[in-house]
Order: sequence, then C-alpha cells, then structure tokens
Amino acid sequence: MDTMRDRFATVMARLLDEDPRVAVVLAEIGRDGFTDAARRHPDRVINVGIREQLLIGAGAGLALTGMRPVLHTFGSFLVERPFEQVKLDLGHQDAGAVLVSALGSYDWPAGGFTHMSPGDVALLDTLDGWTVHVPGHPDEAETLLRHAVGAGDDKVYVRLSVQSNDDARPVDGSRPLTVRRGGGGVVVAVGPMLTPVLEATADLDLTVLYATTVRPFDARSLRAATESAGADVVLVEPYLAGTSTPAAAEALADVPHRLLGLGVGRRELRRYGTMPEHLAAHGLDPAGLRERIVRFLDAGRPRPAGGRTAR
Amino acid sequence: MTATTTRHNGDAYADLPRLMALMTGDEKHGPAATSTLDVLWVLYDRVLRVSPERARDPERDRFLLSKGHGPMAYYAVLAAKGFLPVDLLSGFGSYDSPLGHHPDRTLLPGVEIGSGSLGHGLPIAVGEALGLRAQGLTGPAVWVLTGDAELDEGSNHEALAFAGPAGLDRLHAVVVDNSSATHARPGGIAARFEVAGWSVATADGHDHEALYEAFTRPHPGRPHAVVARVRSKNA
Repeated sequence: MDTMRDRFATVMARLLDEDPRVAVVLAEIGRDGFTDAARRHPDRVINVGIREQLLIGAGAGLALTGMRPVLHTFGSFLVERPFEQVKLDLGHQDAGAVLVSALGSYDWPAGGFTHMSPGDVALLDTLDGWTVHVPGHPDEAETLLRHAVGAGDDKVYVRLSVQSNDDARPVDGSRPLTVRRGGGGVVVAVGPMLTPVLEATADLDLTVLYATTVRPFDARSLRAATESAGADVVLVEPYLAGTSTPAAAEALADVPHRLLGLGVGRRELRRYGTMPEHLAAHGLDPAGLRERIVRFLDAGRPRPAGGRTAR
Repeated sequence: MTATTTRHNGDAYADLPRLMALMTGDEKHGPAATSTLDVLWVLYDRVLRVSPERARDPERDRFLLSKGHGPMAYYAVLAAKGFLPVDLLSGFGSYDSPLGHHPDRTLLPGVEIGSGSLGHGLPIAVGEALGLRAQGLTGPAVWVLTGDAELDEGSNHEALAFAGPAGLDRLHAVVVDNSSATHARPGGIAARFEVAGWSVATADGHDHEALYEAFTRPHPGRPHAVVARVRSKNA
C-alpha cells in the first residue's frame, strides 16, 4: 500500500494534467515525487528551496493571479514556521490555497520534536475560513485532496500522515460517517484514530462517528448523534488534545452534556523511538483510549449514595 | 475619470501636496511622508500600464506597496490617477473609510495587496510573477516597493535569492532608501540584489528623469531592482 504522501504526488500529477489553474509549490521536501510532473509542467511545479516564508507568500501571489496553488512541506514548516504568512498572505489578502502537510504529530519520532506539529490544527483555529481535512487512509487522502483542490478559492488544509486506518471509508469532504450506533454516548474518531478507537470500544455501547473533515466542525451531525446516544461525548484527535473541544461544546451549548477531549499531550516527551511508542505515551493506543473512555463514562453514571443503591 | 487626471501632468503632480493635506491636515510634509512620493508618481504616471478601468485586467501591470505605513503619498497618487475619489481622502483612518494607515486590498480597487507587516510584498510579488509566467502572460510587469529598513526582514531575502536564479524578468523591486536601517553598510542593498543575479540601478529618488531611466532600463532574463535614494527620514 502506498502512503498518503505517495498518493499526494500521484494525485497532484493527474490534477496538474487536468487543470491548468493548479500549481504545486514545494520547499525541497517532497520534490522527488514530482520529478516527472515538473518535467511536464515546468512553470506549475515550483520548488522555492528551503524557504518556507516564500512558500506561502509565493503561493498567495500565484492565487492573486488566478491560479490554484497547492503548497506542501512538513507541518512544522508549513503552518508553524510561516504562520504570519498564513495569517496575512492568505487570510488578510483573501487569497486561497491548499496547504498539504506531512509528518503530522509523530510520523517520525526518531526525528524528534522539531519535526512534530501537534499544534497545527489548533493554530489554524485562530484564523477564519479554513477547511481542515484529516484523512485516515490513502484512498481518503486522494478523495479529500481532489475535494480541496476543487474547492474554488477556499483556504484548505490537508493533514497527511503515515498513520492509517485498516480500511478506507466513503468520506465526502464535509460530514462525518456513523460507523457504529450505540446508546451510551458518542465517540468522534478523527482521521487515523478510527482503527484504535474501534478496537478500544468494541464491546462498549457507543455511537462512533468518523470525522475526516473537522473544520468547519459539523455541529449538526454531533448534535444528532447525541439525541439517540446521549450527550456523553469523547473526541479522539491525532493532534493536540482538546483542539475540537470548543467546537463540540458550542454544538451542545444549550443541552446538558459531558465532554472529554483526547489527543496529543502538550508536554514534550523528549523521546525518540517509534510511532506506536508515542501513541502509547500519549494514551492514544487502544488500551490507553479504552481506559480513559471507560473512566469518563463510569464517572457520569449515577453512583450509590449514603450506602443505599441509587434509584 | 476625475477632473484631476485630465489635467496636465505637471499640474497633477503639483496637486499631490494638496491631496496629501486632505489626509494629514498640513500642506507641508516632512521627508518621511514624501520619501515615496516621486517614485510612486513616476511609476503611475509613466511606467505602469494600469488604470482604474484596468484594475482587474489580467494583462495589467501590478504594483505592490510592501512598505505600507505612511501611505498618504500612495493614496494621493491613486486619487490623482482616478483610482479613488478625492473626497475619500479626508476620511483617512476613520472607521467608515476604506483608507487605513495601512492599505487593505479588499477595500480599495487598484490596491494589489494589503500591507503593514513588513517583508510580505516581495514574496507575494515573486508568486505573481510565477503565476503570470505559468499562464503565458508575458506582458505584465510586477513591481514591488520596499523600504531600506524593510529589507531587514528575512522573508525578503528568501524572495530575492530565489527570483534571480529563477530568472523572473517581469519582476521589479524599488527600494526607497532613506537610510533608516539601523544596521547597514554603504552599497549593501545594491550588492545583495546583484549577488542574487538581479539587474540593479541606483537613482536619486526625487529626480523624475533619473527614476524613469532607472525604471525602464532593459534587464533581459533577470529581475530588476532600483535603489531610489532619498533624504534620511531624520534629516
């Protein structure tokens, strides 16, 4: 199976052939995947060198001339390092672009913290008008990349990772899918967290929603799920814990609810190693998820009071 | 088209202090407010192929004011050239006015970028030059105006170091040099563009003929930078 990044290169090569508005801008990272495409479209596959402020600024300039720029590098260098360019050159200038990141929160733990960007989606949440796609499988990455490039002049972030679910699902670029129905609460699994969530909750009476488009946050779908399953809600995100907690809280603002946001911790682990080790350290492996989800659900159940069984 | 633009050019130029006074309340303007005035005037009067009617024409030349603070001279020139009505000028900086102390491209037709934070214009201009080239639009020129101290920002160096080797020959930078950079060496600005493969000219930033000559100097295969030297802002 190819990775999401492999798929990014093949999909973009096709989109470059199909749509003369499309331009891919790179900052060295990922250039090998575009060798053939660059030969066919030398003016629309642009490598600016190791210059991430220019990556975003030039993308904005391309957009202002009518192009549909797709900008790619690791998340740390795409969103965090040139954040003011993202805010001003795209946001304030009202210029659209598709930002496609790689490495995510811990795709390359041996590379250390400099190559991790657990805060990317939270940072984009400080800005207006961003669509955020978090595919959980290379096939979904292809669907969502096409969706992103085809979204007019929208500002879209696509977060690619080597972490992948076992199977692809028919994602549509806007609404979450209901993967399982239950009556004891709702778990929203984002992108590649679905497989560990399904394993962690296999014998629990929960509705599982699968979200790959997290911004705009689909409040209506979450609200509808809580109407049948109850308003104990767990969010499981592959980036900073709690990133979508405000959006979920807003969706449920006028009904009693309980909310748990699981994801990557803020504290730097200062460990290298492998992705499974980092998932476990952040409590995002099936065992860690199960423990925290069960504890959260139990805490919400009526408890015996004064030695007598409640109700 | 306003009455102003149909006047003789000399008269229109002579009218700029009055237009600036509508924003500043004072006919006399110090070096800081007027450092860009002659550069802007020569560009809009004689060099840029753009007009209010062509503000959205894909074939137009693009002028990006990267040094966005102190935009009175810019607004005055735009008003003189009919891009915005003169009666907007007196609202400068007010809540209901589209004329801020830093320009906003979404509020004013003919303003190509919003600016204020330094070091954003040149990278965007690089992208516009790339975008025009990718669409086969070889006619339009892209111009960006920066200040000498603005070049302190590293983002400019990402852009200028790329543009030379990339051969972006429709890209033009004007650096208005009023010696405001705290750490600078004589000739440093021209040298940095030259070493990155740009064509470079230096001119007196208030001498219209010298500016015109510097702006229109041929520069086949390379981007072109003009260092326009003006009085120090502290003079």
